[in-house]
Amino acid sequence: MSKKLLLKHDHEPGIQTYEVYRKHGGYASVEKALKTMTPEAVVEEVKKSGLRGRGGAGFPTGMKWSFLAKPEGVPRYLVCNADESEPGTFKDRYLMSRIPHYLIEGMITSSFALGANTSYIYVRGEYYYVIAILEKAIKEAYAAGWLGKNILGTGFDHDMYVQPGGGAYICGEETALLESLEGKRGNPRIKPPFPAVKGLWGCPTVVNNVETIAAVVPIVNDGGEAYAAIGIGKSTGTKLISASGHINKPGVYEIELGLPVEEFINSDEYCGGVWKGRKLKAVVAGGSSVPVLPADLIMKTAAGEPRLMSYESLADGGFASGTMLGSGGFIVMDETASVVKNLWTFARFYHHESCGQCSPCREGTGWMEKVLHKIVHGHGEMKDIDLLWDLQRKIEGNTICPLGDAAAWPVASAIRHFRSEFEEMINSHAVEHA
Amino acid sequence: MLKVTIDGQTIEVPEGTTILQAARMLGPEVAPPAMCYYSTLETSGGYCRTCIVKVTKGSEKDPRPMPKPVASCRTMVMDGMEVQNKTSPELLEARKGVVEFLLANHPLDCPVCDQAGECHLQDLSFEHGAESTRYEFERRTFEKIDIGPNVQLHMTRCILCYRCVKVADQLTPGRSHGVLNRGDASEISTYIEKSIDNEFSGNVIDVCPVGALTDKTFRFKNRVWFTKPMDAHRECDKCSGKVALWFKGADVLRVTGRKDAFGEVEEFICNTCRFEKKDAADWKIEGPRVIDHKSVISSNHYLANNQVPDFAFREVADYKAIEDKPVQPVPAQNQLNN
Ligand SMILES: Cc1cc2nc3c(=O)[nH]c(=O)nc-3n(C[C@H](O)[C@H](O)[C@H](O)COP(=O)(O)O)c2cc1C
Ligand code: SF4
Ligand code: FES
Repeated sequence: MSKKLLLKHDHEPGIQTYEVYRKHGGYASVEKALKTMTPEAVVEEVKKSGLRGRGGAGFPTGMKWSFLAKPEGVPRYLVCNADESEPGTFKDRYLMSRIPHYLIEGMITSSFALGANTSYIYVRGEYYYVIAILEKAIKEAYAAGWLGKNILGTGFDHDMYVQPGGGAYICGEETALLESLEGKRGNPRIKPPFPAVKGLWGCPTVVNNVETIAAVVPIVNDGGEAYAAIGIGKSTGTKLISASGHINKPGVYEIELGLPVEEFINSDEYCGGVWKGRKLKAVVAGGSSVPVLPADLIMKTAAGEPRLMSYESLADGGFASGTMLGSGGFIVMDETASVVKNLWTFARFYHHESCGQCSPCREGTGWMEKVLHKIVHGHGEMKDIDLLWDLQRKIEGNTICPLGDAAAWPVASAIRHFRSEFEEMINSHAVEHA
Repeated sequence: MLKVTIDGQTIEVPEGTTILQAARMLGPEVAPPAMCYYSTLETSGGYCRTCIVKVTKGSEKDPRPMPKPVASCRTMVMDGMEVQNKTSPELLEARKGVVEFLLANHPLDCPVCDQAGECHLQDLSFEHGAESTRYEFERRTFEKIDIGPNVQLHMTRCILCYRCVKVADQLTPGRSHGVLNRGDASEISTYIEKSIDNEFSGNVIDVCPVGALTDKTFRFKNRVWFTKPMDAHRECDKCSGKVALWFKGADVLRVTGRKDAFGEVEEFICNTCRFEKKDAADWKIEGPRVIDHKSVISSNHYLANNQVPDFAFREVADYKAIEDKPVQPVPAQNQLNN
């Protein structure tokens, strides 16, 4: 069963251009919203749709929008988070480079709903070619009258800008992103105040992920209820999954939420099974930050239910036996992969990317990396496993932004589910060195 | 007024008071340690995480506990809030973790550091840290840098509290950057040298909780516990002129702001008072300064179980007598290895 919304036309030749995009129904949501709906009505549809943020945290988008402060005479902003730097996640890049107008359309419709006359797309700096694609598309949209003054004669003005990112994973954290957008060092802000009250240049701001904003297009076109009918329970709609690792068909897939994990891995429509006929060992289901799960727990919950690709099902069992949907970066490891080595790679990443403001993350990420380096390079001792466990425990929940948690969870889950692999690695080297 | 209970003690505070401020109103024994917050520096706090507390009841209206420890310096009191600091073993364990992180890359060069004896990191690790370190890797080091003629920056000792950045920020308009690089490679930027080249730049020394920013006119002159602090003042057209003079015999070795029980200066002083008035005749001496119990300057500070030495709060008149008293052996129950 495949239900496609965002990637319905991604293989259409020329879909990058305005003409072809428009021919396939592009910009209908702008027309519908601006001409036939009030901003409040658009927010209402988004609430009804049950759409949840696709950037990682899964916060209900309609609710986020209704928190936006609306003081008299103060501008409001919509900022699109296209910083996409989570290892294993590359769906936003695909959407933006394939169908740039989809995002722009979603941006205009969403900005109308929020009463924002200016919006920004903050794109990961390394995605320089995507920036060029977006800029070209924005130019086309201006030329066709979808951007600028008095759009469609409705009196709604809107300007859109693309901002290249600061070259750091932390700039994807929404308040660090705003700092960076203001031209400052990308350090996360201490919250409260939240962006909805004091965001860009101190004004009320909504920050949403690329995919979240794109999903507003079908929600406005078909209505919130139609969107909510797709998916399962509180996981409504479709989700882009970036599939990578030891599978036959890595790539970006649009799935209906609720698809069984087993089908996603094994079906030819998606991952096409573990490569080389090997056995599945582990999966990181939602980008590098979420807990890694062993094969049995990713296929079935601890209670024996089939695991589904949804916010609730993946989280079933808490961190003891579950994980998170996160940003949808689905990393598959076969039986030959080393969970410990992979963890060291992640730890290196978080150490490199910590902004350094708060002590547990600044010092803890580097420390964990060094301990893992020691283990992977054959000098590990049994006490190092307990040390790692203790360090991650003392970082988690004690930091300004969630990067600290994101660094801690992979370590915790690897030890929880693959402790024996750490022990084997340490023991085998101990024999070697004896 | 809002009611808040911290470690079983209740106090009423005005709206907009942080948990840390409320705890300080209850007294130094209740207040959590704060390595980056500085009440007179705007936007300070939130970084070091030593001031974390456990909120067991959010407020009268919403009694749910907060799921994670919060930074008390940046969390506002709500009416009916209940907070645990020293009464929560779990919290103390988390704080121990923070201290261990702060020390992981610290050189522990106290024997050659001018700050020793009045260093907040020393106090913090004694009161809240573990006995030894589990960190076994090379620690990061930096070259020493001169920030102007009178201040030296020794980044190796820095704990990145951002206080000096805020001083620079708030004493020189238009300035916004103070840190280069990121993560554990972060360093206070030398750009500071240009931007705080003004009459108040010396205050970065007083706000630095460790020995990263030191007074070059005092470097290696003496250990602080061998010097005698006196309150003094002079007519100054730039600042209040109210300072602490640090004497060795009849010589003024150092001039600093007057620090309160929480290690914060009462008033920022100007560079002229700090660096250029090293003659006792420049000053009107008010009398010996009573040093807060947290400083080893008051000797025998390191008591077991965080007891307060009664010594610290004696009358000024007793000061001389204490000075002249022969050193008493430390009673066994007060010894370090407790
Ligand atoms: C370290 C860190 C990196 C993040 N990177 C991204 C990112 O690249 N893209 C993104 O959409 N959200 C990212 N987020 C989440 C954002 O802070 C924010 O929650 C999100 O943009 C909100 O959009 P949504 O509600 O549409 O999901 C990151 C969060 C953290 C803590
Ligand atoms: S958790 Fe890490 S990345 Fe986030 S503010 Fe603290 S040091 Fe910076
Ligand atoms: S004093 Fe509160 S976080 Fe540093």
